[in-house]
Amino acid sequence: MKRRITLILPVAALIFFAGYAALFIAPDEKTMHAIQRIFYFHVPSAISAFIAFFIVFIANTAYLVSRQLKWDWLGVAGAEVGVACCTVVLITGPIWARPVWGIWWTWDARLTSTFILWLLYISYLLLRALLEDSQRRATLSAIFGIFAFLDVPLVYLSNRLWRTQHPQPVILGGENSGLAPGMGKVLLICWIAVVYVMIVLLIDRYCLERLRHEYEELRFEVESRTAAAESVKGAR
Amino acid sequence: MTTARAAAILLTKELRLEFRTRELLTTTIVFALIVIVLFSFAFNPTAEESRRYGPGLLWIAFLFAGSLMVNPSFAREQSNSTLDALRMAPISSFAILLGKMLANFIFLALSECVLVPAFSVFYNVSLSGIVSRLILVLFLGTAGLVVTGTVFSAVSARARMRELLLPLLLLPILAPLLIAAVEATASLLIEQPALDPTWVSFLAGFDIVFLTASWLLCDYLIEE
Repeated sequence: MKRRITLILPVAALIFFAGYAALFIAPDEKTMHAIQRIFYFHVPSAISAFIAFFIVFIANTAYLVSRQLKWDWLGVAGAEVGVACCTVVLITGPIWARPVWGIWWTWDARLTSTFILWLLYISYLLLRALLEDSQRRATLSAIFGIFAFLDVPLVYLSNRLWRTQHPQPVILGGENSGLAPGMGKVLLICWIAVVYVMIVLLIDRYCLERLRHEYEELRFEVESRTAAAESVKGAR
Repeated sequence: MTTARAAAILLTKELRLEFRTRELLTTTIVFALIVIVLFSFAFNPTAEESRRYGPGLLWIAFLFAGSLMVNPSFAREQSNSTLDALRMAPISSFAILLGKMLANFIFLALSECVLVPAFSVFYNVSLSGIVSRLILVLFLGTAGLVVTGTVFSAVSARARMRELLLPLLLLPILAPLLIAAVEATASLLIEQPALDPTWVSFLAGFDIVFLTASWLLCDYLIEE
């Protein structure tokens, strides 16, 4: 309990401060004004989602190599947290796009890729839900996870060749790109805050999965012992 | 026994099984035909519009039909635990996978041999002069579809609701393949057909990436 508080208090403080910074400290954008401030949570959520999905890929590969269930727990934790972050991206994006582009959604490279990414990891979680045995679930979902991860660059490339409308990356996006200095600092704060939230959730989910596994094992032991006791009684 | 020889033997087994009943081929072809017919009810396209939407329709039909067709590949081995027998045979696990991939490829290619001419007739899309290039696109697209489809049929075979789960796993992964195959086919159905090399190489890349991945992961896949 104490550990939880020490983990969660700084997160709460940081995310509160990040929200304050995004709303009140960051300079006003010249053409988009207030709606641009959603950017301070949209971009960090996208980055957190990518980090989470990358962790899933690492965990999947590590599971297949080592066959230790802890990697499978990390995989499911990463996928769930990643889907959550990706959902935030998919919700904040249209909220911004409606006043700026005049439409909620467009089938542009980045939007489509993010949407497909979201679907892929939803499928990953669905597959896990429909497999019973924990070893088998770990192996088969790891294989699917690796395939899904390999698909991500292909999805992005195919959509990129197809069409694109999303603003080019503002940071490191070539000439005339870059943020006003005040914006950069606020973005950095929000970035750290959101990634921190993601990691805290990931750890929490990992521990939950471990507890679940321990519970299953205990239940199995109780059941087998009860069965053994019953058969002894029957023999008497 | 070499992998190629083992895969060839397993392929003959799959073909013999299928041609005894032909149930997989018939259901696949009829299903895809229904998709093609329903499209005309849903959109009522003119000749110009069918030229424009035709490639998309064709590949959607193949994707849906293919994702249903690969399902029995491993599910069929479940009922009599025949996969265990295959696993005990002194052959590599990639041979098992490859045999099934080749069989699925042949089934889907045969269905396409019926569906593409049917599409051409129903929607007044002339295929003269582009047949060989179209075959190349169909070959690459079908290969990518059956490689991922066969692997995922092994993944979903042990799950509950596997018939429903398989398209759910397969179709999002195939999104890039769909875009590339549709664009490549579309570049052939315009006034001056010119095969777009970008999309052809993209399709080839897709096939190579997932064939390599399934080669690397087949031991884990067959063992479970």
